[in-house]
Amino acid sequence: MSENFFKVIRAGINTTFQDLGRSNLNHIGIPISGVMDKRNYIIANKILQNVPSHPIIEFAYQGPRLVYYGEPLNISVSGDVKFKIFKNKNEIEGKCYEIITLEDHDEIDLISTNKSVYGYLAIGADLNIDYQWKSCSINTKANIGSNNGKKLQDSQKIEVSKIKELSRRKLDYINSKIENIRVIKGTNFHYFSKESQANFFKKEYSVTKLTDRMGMRLEGQRLDNIINTNIKSEGLVKGVIQIPADGNPIIMLADHGTIGGYPKIATVISADFDKLSQLTPGSKIKFKEVNLKDAETIFKLYEMETNNIISKIL
Amino acid sequence: MIKNISNLGDAAVYCDFGDEVNKEINSKVINYFQNLKDFKFEGITNLTPSYNKLIVSFDLSVTNFEKTKKIIENLEIKKNHSISKKKIQIPICCEKEYALDLKKLEKKLNKPTDEILETFFSKEYFCYMTGFIAGMPFLGDIDKNLHAKRLETPRVKVPKGSIGLTEQFCNIYTFESPGGWNIIGNTPLNVFDSLNEDNPNLINPGDTVSFIKINKEKYKNYNE
Repeated sequence: MSENFFKVIRAGINTTFQDLGRSNLNHIGIPISGVMDKRNYIIANKILQNVPSHPIIEFAYQGPRLVYYGEPLNISVSGDVKFKIFKNKNEIEGKCYEIITLEDHDEIDLISTNKSVYGYLAIGADLNIDYQWKSCSINTKANIGSNNGKKLQDSQKIEVSKIKELSRRKLDYINSKIENIRVIKGTNFHYFSKESQANFFKKEYSVTKLTDRMGMRLEGQRLDNIINTNIKSEGLVKGVIQIPADGNPIIMLADHGTIGGYPKIATVISADFDKLSQLTPGSKIKFKEVNLKDAETIFKLYEMETNNIISKIL
Repeated sequence: MIKNISNLGDAAVYCDFGDEVNKEINSKVINYFQNLKDFKFEGITNLTPSYNKLIVSFDLSVTNFEKTKKIIENLEIKKNHSISKKKIQIPICCEKEYALDLKKLEKKLNKPTDEILETFFSKEYFCYMTGFIAGMPFLGDIDKNLHAKRLETPRVKVPKGSIGLTEQFCNIYTFESPGGWNIIGNTPLNVFDSLNEDNPNLINPGDTVSFIKINKEKYKNYNE
């Protein structure tokens, strides 16, 4: 049996294996993890007709450069990604959202994500990687998941097996931007002065460089706490916006700490997670209040839209 | 038993058991957590108990707030469920290189190191919750003479195994992590084992922990 594998020429900035994450472990301190942009993850796998929970290679800003050795293999790239394929001496401009067939010695260079953070490389084969608590998702802070819980390293191998039949499928799709992040008021909203409560929805906040898979730090009009800048530590969920003593918001993302002691001013609605994750440092956003019923309706529309996009894969 | 139930965003239920932190309220939280965990409701993605709150997260494509709230309200709570009640001893070394903040604590508390340590080692501590980082236990209550605020500027990296104090609580850093607690020592014991998927945490809510003082030599030889 011949061996099929990728060799990592350049790992990229933060390249990890991800899937839908691991649930029901918050009580021991393990967050859900999983892909940051779920819709792009689903689309990339769907183009290859992979199962919905198939592992994917997620990268941020600069992706990996990989060389492939083995039998012909289908891949797809999703997000807003500039990349190139090298076949023999030919350099081919890569196109997202369509099947690309890699042959022995072909290379793929995922150069950068355009005005976005995360891109995805889906593979039409099984990845020979480890699972922890039923998920391959890498949490680099706790060293949990496949690849010994570490991000991909230069010159490592990624073995694949059970290569799928080759096919040609594609999708016309353009990612849209988001400026208004929709939120539901949090359990400690009343901790803030009337003026700050108004400012939270009125003023612009910018995404700072201190943003990663754990959380997104924002900067803008300081939010004044009039009750207590600490609460007794309690559980966190993805999307919670905490306000520490310095008055600047921090939004919890996939690898967030499971417990926190800062007041919760609001929580981002589930339908906006994907687009929130794609905001680059310097992006300006505004928070817009919605109620629970609206959020639930918006989520149904989000799911319908995802299904509608998938149905257009030809 | 639950004082108030509300939504936390669109995919979690926030169960408030009260504002105080004490064993009685915490036991109620843990009991609810255990009962919900055993029931295995479809769509529940996480249960996060803390001192006096329980957050129940769910998959919004499977269920919603109203349905999950009803399940919690109608849940038949069995008393004194299988709450962990182990007694665990944790060896710690409090010599200079491990006790990063003892000198600062002497000033904050206006007490000599010997007295601080003697007071600290004389008590057993109850585990209220685990989390923030994988396996980190939140233990209490420490003697009121040892209550100190967090560091003004949190450390970017607290070494793995560090024992930290703040207010009425102490904890153990299971990984190198950022943190602002006052570090008084370090344990050579591995408190979290990610390869043990069934039971990765050495210390679980409901357990009792006592600390044993060891010297540097014993610390260095501990894992040999």
